[in-house]
Amino acid sequence: MSGTVETAGTNEEEGAAGTAPVLRLEAVRKTYGRESVVLRDVDLEVAPHTVTALIGASGSGKSTLLRCANLLEEIDDGAIYLDGDEITDPRADVDAVRRRIGVVFQAYNLFPHMTVLDNITLAPRRVHRMPRAEAAARAHELLERLGLGDRARAYPDRLSGGQQQRVALVRALACRPRLLLLDEITAALDPELVGEVLAVVRDLKEQGMTMVLATHEMGFAREVADQVCFLDGGVILERGAPEQLFGAPREDRTRQFLQRIIQAGRL
Amino acid sequence: MTSGKGLLKSERPAASGAADDGYVPSQRRLARERFRRVRARRAATVAALSTLVTAVVLFLVITRSPGWPRTRETFFSADYARQALPKVLEGLLLNLRLLVVCGAAVLVIGLLLAVARTLRGPVFFPLRALAAAYTDFFRGLPLIICLLMVVFGVPALRLQGVTTDPVVLGGSALVLTYSAYVSEVFRAGIESVHPSQRAAARSLGLSSGQALRFVVLPQAVRRVVPPLLNDLVSLQKDTGLVSIAGAVDAVYAAQIIAGKDFNYTPYVVAGLVFVALTIPMTRLTDWVTARMDRRRAQGGAV
Repeated sequence: MSGTVETAGTNEEEGAAGTAPVLRLEAVRKTYGRESVVLRDVDLEVAPHTVTALIGASGSGKSTLLRCANLLEEIDDGAIYLDGDEITDPRADVDAVRRRIGVVFQAYNLFPHMTVLDNITLAPRRVHRMPRAEAAARAHELLERLGLGDRARAYPDRLSGGQQQRVALVRALACRPRLLLLDEITAALDPELVGEVLAVVRDLKEQGMTMVLATHEMGFAREVADQVCFLDGGVILERGAPEQLFGAPREDRTRQFLQRIIQAGRL
Repeated sequence: MTSGKGLLKSERPAASGAADDGYVPSQRRLARERFRRVRARRAATVAALSTLVTAVVLFLVITRSPGWPRTRETFFSADYARQALPKVLEGLLLNLRLLVVCGAAVLVIGLLLAVARTLRGPVFFPLRALAAAYTDFFRGLPLIICLLMVVFGVPALRLQGVTTDPVVLGGSALVLTYSAYVSEVFRAGIESVHPSQRAAARSLGLSSGQALRFVVLPQAVRRVVPPLLNDLVSLQKDTGLVSIAGAVDAVYAAQIIAGKDFNYTPYVVAGLVFVALTIPMTRLTDWVTARMDRRRAQGGAV
C-alpha cells in the first residue's frame, strides 16, 4: 500500500469550478416521520481537494447528512449543490448526480454474488459504458496499488474486513468520482485492520481527492481533515480547523463529547 | 465440506492418525471417540430394528386382512402391470413435455409478476395491483377447478382461432396457477436481499432497473432455487391432472386400461412411474440446497 492511489481525479469540471465549493448544503432539514428531526438547518461547504470530517455521537446525523448528499434520502427543506448545480431539484437526474459521487459504507456493501473484479467493473461497464477490457485493466491497476492485486478473482466473503473495505474504496474510485463520501468506513473493522484502510484515505487526500467522512476515529480526523464539523442533535454545533476544534473547542457540548472520547481511549 | 459439518458430527479423523509433530492422542480423546462410536452403533441398531418391526407389522396387517387376496388381484396384478406399463410410459412423454414447456413459462411469468409487485412509485400502482390481484386469485383457486374452467369453459365460448386442444388448455391452466405460486417465491427472494445492496448499487450510479437486474435479482434467484425446485416437482405431478380434459397422458392411459376390467393395477403403475420420475428431481433439490448451504457456511466461517 506504499504506492499512491491515483485518484479519481476529477475529470472534467475541475478547471471551471476553480475554488468554488464542490458540495454545498444550504439550510438542509431532514426528518423521519413527524417527531424526529435528524438534520436541522445544516449549512456546509466543501472546497475542492479538501477533506471534511463529520464527528459526533451516534444518532447526531452524520450518516444521514452523507445519505442526503448522495440522494439516498430525500431532504425536507433546503438545497444541496454539487459543483454549483442544485441536485435536490426534483428535475435533477438522480443517476447522473450519483455518477459524480462515490460512496463507501460502513458495512462495505460489496455484492456477494460477484467477484472483486466484477464488483469494481460493474458501474464503469454498465453506467459509463466502458469496454470490459478497459474497465478490467483499470480495476487491476487500482487493486494493485491498494495491495489487493491477487484478490481480483476472489468473492467478497473470502476477504478480511479490511480487504473488503479497500475493495469498496476501489469500487467507488473506479468511476472517477468528483467527490467521495465515506460513512464510518472503519467502524466495522477490527482495530488492527483500521490502519490499512486509513492509509488509503491518506493517500487519496494527497492525490487531491475531495472527501467528506463521518468518523469515530478522532486521531485520524485530526490528522487528515482540513475542516472538522461537530454534529449534535442534527445541527453542526461547531466547525473549524482540526487544531482549533480538537485543541480549543468553543462549545461546551464539543468539550464534553471530546472528553468522553478521551476517556474511552480513542483520541 | 471439511469445515463445519465434520466437527458437528463425529466424523473427526480417527485417533490413530499419527501426525508429524509426534502428537499422541490422549486417553481422554480415545475414551470420547470410543463413547461416540458406541453411541452411533446403538442408534443405528435402534433405527434398523424399528424400521424392520414397522415393515413386518405393516406386511402382516395387510396380507392378513380379509380382503387381501382380492385387493392383490385388483391392484397388484403382474399381468395387468405388464400390459399397462408401455402405454403408461407412452403417456408419460406428454407429462414430460408439459413439464418442460409449462415449467419454463411458469418461471418467466412468475418472475415478471414478482418484479411487477416489487416496483416502487405511484406510477406503477396499476401494475402492482394487477399482479397482486392475480396472485391472490390463482393461489387460492383450487388447481382442479382452474383446470375445469379453462378446459371446458374456453371451448364453450366457441371463440374463433382459440384452440380447443385439451393439452394446450390444460397446460395453460397449470401455468395460470403455478405462476402465482412461483411469483410469491421470487418475491420473497427479492425482498430478502438487504436494502443496503440496492443503496450501494444506486450510489454507483446504476439506474433502478440496472440495480434490480445486476444486483438484486441474481442474489434473489440464488436464494430461492430450493423452493423453486420444490414447486417444479409439484408441477411435475400435477401435469397428470390434464387427463381430466381427455388428454392421453400417463394417468389417462392407465385409466383406459383400468376401465376395461375394473382392475386398478395400471393406476399403481402410473403412480410408481411418477414417483420414479420425481425422485431424481427431489434428490437434485436436496443436492442444490446442500451445496448452497455449504457455500454460505464457508463464507460465514471466513
